[in-house]
Amino acid sequence: MKRRFGLWMLATVVVALGLGAWWFLFDPSPSISEAGPTDSVAALVERGAYLERGAYLARAGNCMACHTTQGGEPYAGGRAIETPFGTVYSSNLTPDRVNGIGNWTSVDFWRALHEGRAPDGRLLYPAFPYTSFTQVSQSDADALFAYLRSLPAVAQANRPHAMRWPYDSQLALAAWRTLYFKPTVFQNDPAHDAQWNRGAYLVRGLGHCSACHTSRNLLGAIDERLALAGGTIPMSNWYAPSLLKAAEAGLGQWEVADIVRLLGTGQASNASVAGPMAEVVLHGTQYLTQEDLRAMAVYLKGLPQESAQRDGGVAAPSAIGAGIYDDQCAQCHGQQGEGVPGAYPALAGNRAVLMRNTTNLVQMVLHGGFAPATRGNPRPFGMPPYQLVLDDKAVAAVLTHVRASWGNQAGAVSELEVSRYRARETR
Amino acid sequence: MRACTGCHGENGRAEGNVYFPRIAGKPAGYLYNQLRNFRDGRRNYALMTGMLALLSDGYLQEIATHFSGLDLPYSPSAPMTLTAAQQTQAHTLVQQGDASRQIAACTECHGPALTGFAPHVPGLLGLPRDYINAQMGAWKTGQRHARAPDCMADIAKALRTDEVALISSWLSSQALPRDTHAVTRLPAPTGATKRPVCGSAPELAQGRP
Repeated sequence: MKRRFGLWMLATVVVALGLGAWWFLFDPSPSISEAGPTDSVAALVERGAYLERGAYLARAGNCMACHTTQGGEPYAGGRAIETPFGTVYSSNLTPDRVNGIGNWTSVDFWRALHEGRAPDGRLLYPAFPYTSFTQVSQSDADALFAYLRSLPAVAQANRPHAMRWPYDSQLALAAWRTLYFKPTVFQNDPAHDAQWNRGAYLVRGLGHCSACHTSRNLLGAIDERLALAGGTIPMSNWYAPSLLKAAEAGLGQWEVADIVRLLGTGQASNASVAGPMAEVVLHGTQYLTQEDLRAMAVYLKGLPQESAQRDGGVAAPSAIGAGIYDDQCAQCHGQQGEGVPGAYPALAGNRAVLMRNTTNLVQMVLHGGFAPATRGNPRPFGMPPYQLVLDDKAVAAVLTHVRASWGNQAGAVSELEVSRYRARETR
Repeated sequence: MRACTGCHGENGRAEGNVYFPRIAGKPAGYLYNQLRNFRDGRRNYALMTGMLALLSDGYLQEIATHFSGLDLPYSPSAPMTLTAAQQTQAHTLVQQGDASRQIAACTECHGPALTGFAPHVPGLLGLPRDYINAQMGAWKTGQRHARAPDCMADIAKALRTDEVALISSWLSSQALPRDTHAVTRLPAPTGATKRPVCGSAPELAQGRP
C-alpha cells in the first residue's frame, strides 16, 4: 500500500515537474477574440484618436528604427541587429497574415512586450528590449497594437536569426531570463509628482534609454542598479555617456527647457546629439509632446549626479596637433575652440570633448556627420569626414591638442586608441 | 555646406581629385536622386551614407538645389592618352552606341554636347576617369542602383570592360564646350537605337522636362 502510494507520489511529482518545465518553456497564448469597433461616427472618430495615440507611442519607443531596413518598407522588419552572440533579425510588424502580426491578438502583442514571448510561446531574444518594454502598460500596448494593425501589410518574410551556439537555443534563453529578467509593471512612486512619474514611465519603458546608456555584462545583461550609468553600445563604435555624471551627460545642472530642446530638436545651447542618439531624436523624441519631453527632462534632471572630477591625466599641447587644427578645424571650430553658436559646437569647455572615453570623439573626426534634420532644426550644419585626410597618428595628435588647449584639461588620445576604433568599424 | 566641400572641393568643384566628382552645376534632380540613393542604400559609399543618414528629403532637396545653382568654370581636362584608333572607337560608342546590343549613344540622353539634360541626367565631362570607371563597374556588378527601370545598369552590363575603359578615358580628356549647362530639350532620337526608358529620368521619353 505504502509502496504504491509512494509510486503514485513519484509519478505525480515527475508529471508535475514535466508540465512545469513545459509550461515554463512553451506557455502557449490563450486566444481571446478581439471585439471590433461599432460603425458609428463617434466610434470612428474615437478609433482615429486611438490610432493616433498608438502612432505616437511607436515614436516614443522608436520601433521603426529596428523594425525597418535601410530604405525598406516601414515596420516590415529584416534589419540585422548585431550582438556579441550573433545576429538577430527584426520581425515584420505589419498586419500581413503570414509574415507579420495579422493573426495576432492584442493579448499576443502584450505578452511580447511584457513577457518577451511570441504567440506560440517561444522566448524572444532580448535584443528586442522587453527588459524595458515590460513596464509599458497594457492599455498603451493595446493602442500600439491597434496602430500597427492599421498599417499597410507588407508580405516580407522574417529572416531566421543567425545566433551562434549555444546562444541559439530556447534553453539558453530560458536560463538567461531566469538570471536577468522578470516581467515588471510600472508603479507610480508616491514620493514624486505626476510629471516625474510620467517621465520615469517614458524613460524606463518605451524610451528604453538604459538599453544603450548602461554597460552590459559578459552575457549581455544590464544590472538595473547601474541603469543609465553609461556604456559602450555593443558591436558599435559609440559610447552612450552616463546620465549620472556631470562630466559626461548628467543633466542635473541643465535647465529643463534645454533638455527639452536637445531631445526635441537635436540641438541645445552648446550641445548636440550625434551617432545613435541622433537617430533616437530623428525618429523618436522629436515627435513627442512638449509636455512629455518636460516630464522626461524632470526625471532625468532628478537622477543622482556624481559631480565633475577630472578624469585621468592631462595631456601636453602638441605642436603637430596645433598645426592640423589650424589647417582642418579652425575655420569652423574657431581659433580658440569657441565655435559658432547654433552652427559649429565650441570645443573649449565642451564635456563631450573632455570625457575619459574618447570613442565618440574619434568617431566624429573620422566620419564627420550632420546633426539630425528635425522639425525644430531643419537645416543642421555638418562636419566633413577626415578619415581619408588624417591617419591615426594625425587624428591622435589633433584630438590631444584639442583636449589640452583653451583651458581644456583632459588626457591625451593615443594612436593605438584611434587604430582600435578604426579597426572595429562595423558601419 | 563645408561638410560637403571638404571632399567635393571648394564650392563643389573637385579639382584634380582622383575620385570625388564635381557636384557644382549638376542638374538639381540628379543631385537630389543621388543624395537619396546614398542615404537609402541604392548607392554604396560608407562616407556618403554616414553623412546623409540623418537628413530629411526636404533638406536634401535644398542641398541639391544649392550646388546645382553654382556656375563655376571647369578646370582643364586630363591629357588624352588614347591612340587615334582607340579615340575613334570611343567616339563611335559615345556618339552612336551599338545597335546590335541595344546600346544607345551616350549623347542620346546626356545631351548632344554631353553636358546633361535637366533636371535628372548629369553631364559626363569634367569627371575623373576613375570615378566613371567605378560607376560603370558598380552598375555592372549591381552595387549601384537607380530607380527601376535602371537604364544605366542595362547599358553598363552590355558594354565590355575594355570599352568602358576607352569611354571613361575619352570622356575625362574631352575639353568642356563654351556652354557647360545641361540642355533643357533633347533633339529627336536619331540613332538606330531607341532612347531607353529610365526610371530616374522619366522626361527622357518626351525629350523635355
